[in-house]
Amino acid sequence: MTTDNSGDVRLSGISKTYGSFTAVHPLELTVPQGSFFALLGASGCGKTTTLRMIAGLEEPSSGTVHLGDQEVTHLPPYKRPVNTVFQSYALFPHLDIFENVAFGLRRRGIKSVKKQVEDMLELVQLGEQARKKPHQLSGGQQQRVAVARALINTPKVLLLDEPLGALDLKLRRQMQLELKRIQTEVGITFIHVTHDQEEAMTMADTVAVMNAGRVEQLGSPTDLYENPNTTFVANFLGTSNLIEAEVDSKSGDDIVLRAGGGKLVLPESRCGAPTTTGGKVLVGVRPEKISLTHADDAGEIAENRNRITGKIADSSFIGVSTQYVIDSPVCPEFEVYAQNIDRDARLVPGAEVVLHWNPAHTFGLDAAQDIDAGVAEVEEEAA
Amino acid sequence: MATVTEAPPLAPTPEKKPPRKRGRWTPYWLLLPGLLWLIVFFALPMIYQGSTSVQTGSLEEGYKVTWHFSTYWDALSEYWPQFLRSILYAGSATILCLILGYPLAYLIAFRAGRWRNLVMVLVIAPFFTSFLIRTLAWKTILADSGPVVSTLNSLHILDVTNALGWTAGDRVLATPLAVVCGLTYNFLPFMILPLYTSLERIDGRLHEAAGDLYAKPWTTFRKVTFPLSMPGVVSGTLLTFIPAAGDFVNAELLGSTDTRMIGNVIQTQFLRILDYPTAAALSFILMAAILFMVTIYIRRAGTEDLV
Repeated sequence: MTTDNSGDVRLSGISKTYGSFTAVHPLELTVPQGSFFALLGASGCGKTTTLRMIAGLEEPSSGTVHLGDQEVTHLPPYKRPVNTVFQSYALFPHLDIFENVAFGLRRRGIKSVKKQVEDMLELVQLGEQARKKPHQLSGGQQQRVAVARALINTPKVLLLDEPLGALDLKLRRQMQLELKRIQTEVGITFIHVTHDQEEAMTMADTVAVMNAGRVEQLGSPTDLYENPNTTFVANFLGTSNLIEAEVDSKSGDDIVLRAGGGKLVLPESRCGAPTTTGGKVLVGVRPEKISLTHADDAGEIAENRNRITGKIADSSFIGVSTQYVIDSPVCPEFEVYAQNIDRDARLVPGAEVVLHWNPAHTFGLDAAQDIDAGVAEVEEEAA
Repeated sequence: MATVTEAPPLAPTPEKKPPRKRGRWTPYWLLLPGLLWLIVFFALPMIYQGSTSVQTGSLEEGYKVTWHFSTYWDALSEYWPQFLRSILYAGSATILCLILGYPLAYLIAFRAGRWRNLVMVLVIAPFFTSFLIRTLAWKTILADSGPVVSTLNSLHILDVTNALGWTAGDRVLATPLAVVCGLTYNFLPFMILPLYTSLERIDGRLHEAAGDLYAKPWTTFRKVTFPLSMPGVVSGTLLTFIPAAGDFVNAELLGSTDTRMIGNVIQTQFLRILDYPTAAALSFILMAAILFMVTIYIRRAGTEDLV
């Protein structure tokens, strides 16, 4: 028996150009049946265009789109077994909620839709609202109608284009869990486009980070977070401290690097860049992996840890953790998040400190990239 | 220790009382010019006309209000064919306008792209010429020896329209067809503009959503685009039908005595026969008839739901 792969989405070499502008560079992507897949990136990175090419709302400039074994590249949207939850929902304002949800079924000539629509409205907890018009519902309710309207057709693939973008933070969190629950319940392939890295990481099993029309990296949220391959991913997904370092030597499975006057150890398996002695590498470490020790206690730090010295430039207390900005010779703004378990009263701005971490948490990146790639985008989206 | 105590309820401060005397009357003062305009140019003439319609007398002896309501019955029984004809012609012109105007408005709203403004200007351009001159131009276009008539003749289309009673004797001028064509032409922009406005307001993503939900393009039009353009259809048909029903210029210039509309009758009564009571009564009947039809139409169209 073969496994069902009719919900696989396979993009081979698809690209989209508008005049001289390339929105999506030739792209290879396979989304397996039943997965919750997120396309993550800043606005204008080509993620929505990619989604629209799967939906049939945009004609690819090259390449093919397969759903399972069926090629759908040139099929119009109404012939594709795919449904979309649009960014601003695009509910039909002249139809009530019931008719909005029944729309797809009726178009396929299904006569008795009552039971199905009612069940679907029950699933999204809108049974009471069936006879209301879309404008009478709140944003969160409209969002659920949009999901119900798409899901009722039991598509092979459900496409979600920034479906939570218009909701406030609290509702967003709630809907993230809700969508995740629905996905698990119906088992349909979900492809979710978002610029919110937290949203992508909470909901999806696989995330593709897109930048300037290309997929920078693809993997599970943990994998992307712990082992970013590019500076863009390192900066866009959470925060990373990146240090320019020079390869000094190799010892066993580790690479020894020189940065500032000190030495850092990086496991070779966690380095995505070529390492020749004397060559440059970007060394990264996430802020929460680092421990802070006051310079007076430097002797207590275990020998095998990576260490950097610096001075606290700024600290902000945010409840569960304190975020420090450390001024260090190797990196001007080193960020450290320390959990507030036992707070050392000496760690105030101006204090000399040693930053140290387990070398296993270090990652290495190709030094030929822009060290700040992906930083600005995050700020733009937050603004 | 800092304690939090509940603040006493704020007493309403006198400054906060919003409507001050002058401010409260401002909206009414702003209404005044419009109100005066309505009174002088609508309400008073209506009352005057109303009283005229129930007067009797003659031009030499003067007219007196005698509450002579039978003028209405007399007018109606004498001129009902012209009433019916007005409604028929105006209705045909409205339907023609809708058939011609909808595709054009759709094209401008969704397909014209950078040509949109140019096409809009072309739609409005005829307004820069006088209504009268535009209608007179049709006289030349539809002239018996003109290219339109000879083309229609050689294609044997005139045989068909003759049989239908729309034209007579191998000519177009001075026939119902000419009057309806003139009405259609003159009121077409009043159909296109509201249609365009309501079509243009439709969110393009609704079309995408319909397509995504298995609606073929034609179904998308029937189930989404057309229902959402209903406000435009209703206002366009009203803006066309109402003035067309009362029009007399097209029937006067392009028609004959057999195509007289109620507007022509009223005009003749007022300006030639000088039978003011009958003319006033006819005007009121026309107004009442249009109001009645429009009310039913709006009820049936049910556009209140379409926000």
